Amino acid sequence: MLKVRVIPCLDVKDGRVVKGVKFVDLRDAGDPVEAAKAYDAAGADELCFLDITASVEARSTLIDVVSRTAEQCFMPLTVGGGVRTVEDIRALLNAGADKVSINTAAVNRREFVREAAEKFGEQCIVVAIDAKKVSAEGEPDRWEIFTHGGRNRTGIDAVDYAKEVVALGAGEILLTSMDRDGTGEGFDLKLTRAISDAVKVPVIASGGVGTLDHLVDGIREGGASAVLAASIFHFGTFTIGAAKEALGAAGLPVRLGGGDIGGSAIKEAGR
Amino acid sequence: MTPPAPVALIDYGSGNLHSAGKALERAAREGGGGKSVLVTADPDVVRRADRIVLPGVGAYADCRRGLDAVPGMVEALTEVVMERGRPFLGICVGLQLMATRGLEHGETAGLGWIEGDVVKIEPADAALKIPHMGWNSLDVARPHPLLDGIPTGEDGLDAYFVHSYNLNAARPGDVIATTSYGGAITAMVGRDNIAGTQFHPEKSQRLGLALLANFLKWAP
Repeated sequence: MLKVRVIPCLDVKDGRVVKGVKFVDLRDAGDPVEAAKAYDAAGADELCFLDITASVEARSTLIDVVSRTAEQCFMPLTVGGGVRTVEDIRALLNAGADKVSINTAAVNRREFVREAAEKFGEQCIVVAIDAKKVSAEGEPDRWEIFTHGGRNRTGIDAVDYAKEVVALGAGEILLTSMDRDGTGEGFDLKLTRAISDAVKVPVIASGGVGTLDHLVDGIREGGASAVLAASIFHFGTFTIGAAKEALGAAGLPVRLGGGDIGGSAIKEAGR
Repeated sequence: MTPPAPVALIDYGSGNLHSAGKALERAAREGGGGKSVLVTADPDVVRRADRIVLPGVGAYADCRRGLDAVPGMVEALTEVVMERGRPFLGICVGLQLMATRGLEHGETAGLGWIEGDVVKIEPADAALKIPHMGWNSLDVARPHPLLDGIPTGEDGLDAYFVHSYNLNAARPGDVIATTSYGGAITAMVGRDNIAGTQFHPEKSQRLGLALLANFLKWAP
């Protein structure tokens, strides 16, 4: 049976994790590779790196981080942030990323999704959607795409956009509620359900996780195939194992036990 | 004494060579007999190789074109694998290329080593998402040396899949393992000295490294 996926997301800036990962025995909590190894050993189902570096020059730093991670973590890795060209995607895939997440570049030019999917296959093209509710109280729910960290309203309907990018070749949707992101109040479940019901590809729910019940809700109520969170894992509020136990206790299929790649990996991570 | 012939990881412009190469090196260090891994687009290196891994990511026709674009590669693979019986492992589209033909965006000839077509996954349950993406368990159809010591089944280790197409093997005996996704999906095929995994061992953590170590020791 296909398992629901638990995905920790690391924000990376200039090759460093922005919010340090509070794990015991981590030599360098700011090193994305160290954090990735710890999550690998902890049984995360995938990893996500989101590059929030402003400068183009720092791109090579990210490539190096991806490459070093892929050398040591034999698990799926999605990388996003500032992906604008087919060459950006090629460089990340060659460095060892399995999937590349496209955000603003797809909003600005939808054909980019088609070009990317045709070049590298739909399975490695993730479209990240940052959405905010725009309908007023009492109106039917409606969400729009926002860019620039939620500051710029685009006027594009989120559900229509999701359908459009999937038709163009997106193999997965990474859906973030900008209303909920960072609040700890839980996913926007209506948004998640609306998008999940509208597309045939898997949807990763993101934005707002504060409790383990929120993860369960994202799958069960939201219809997501995977849940992504940052703070609750990085700050050590909950472990990956606890997240999976909660999902499992709710009757959802999870992968237990197979996570780490054996004692040597754990020893290395603690070295 | 000549050094052991390396494992050839075929570079034909398609596939996650970096991850596959590193996973093979790790498996070699930790139980695969210390074999060296060589990423190569050279048919002569393939001819000398002790065993061969064919990765593959992307569209079927693109991968086939990429393989054909390396002069002499298909001939070298056919010679060492089918005539000289060297161990061969196809991964993802590398497995699919072993089939008779692929039916993704038109018809493309495969290598014809495993009789069958590669067809779109169409689960009976319309709610199931495509691609089939994530961790799924293996249902073993027949024991195989590549699965030695690996716990399988619903309580065993899971493998990481990401694909929208599936090899429908014409001969049931060629199927080593399936996975369940709205019906049985081919997870592993093999016969004699050839084997293929639809999942990605290089991304399947403990199960993947154990399988690769088994492949490096495999003496069919």
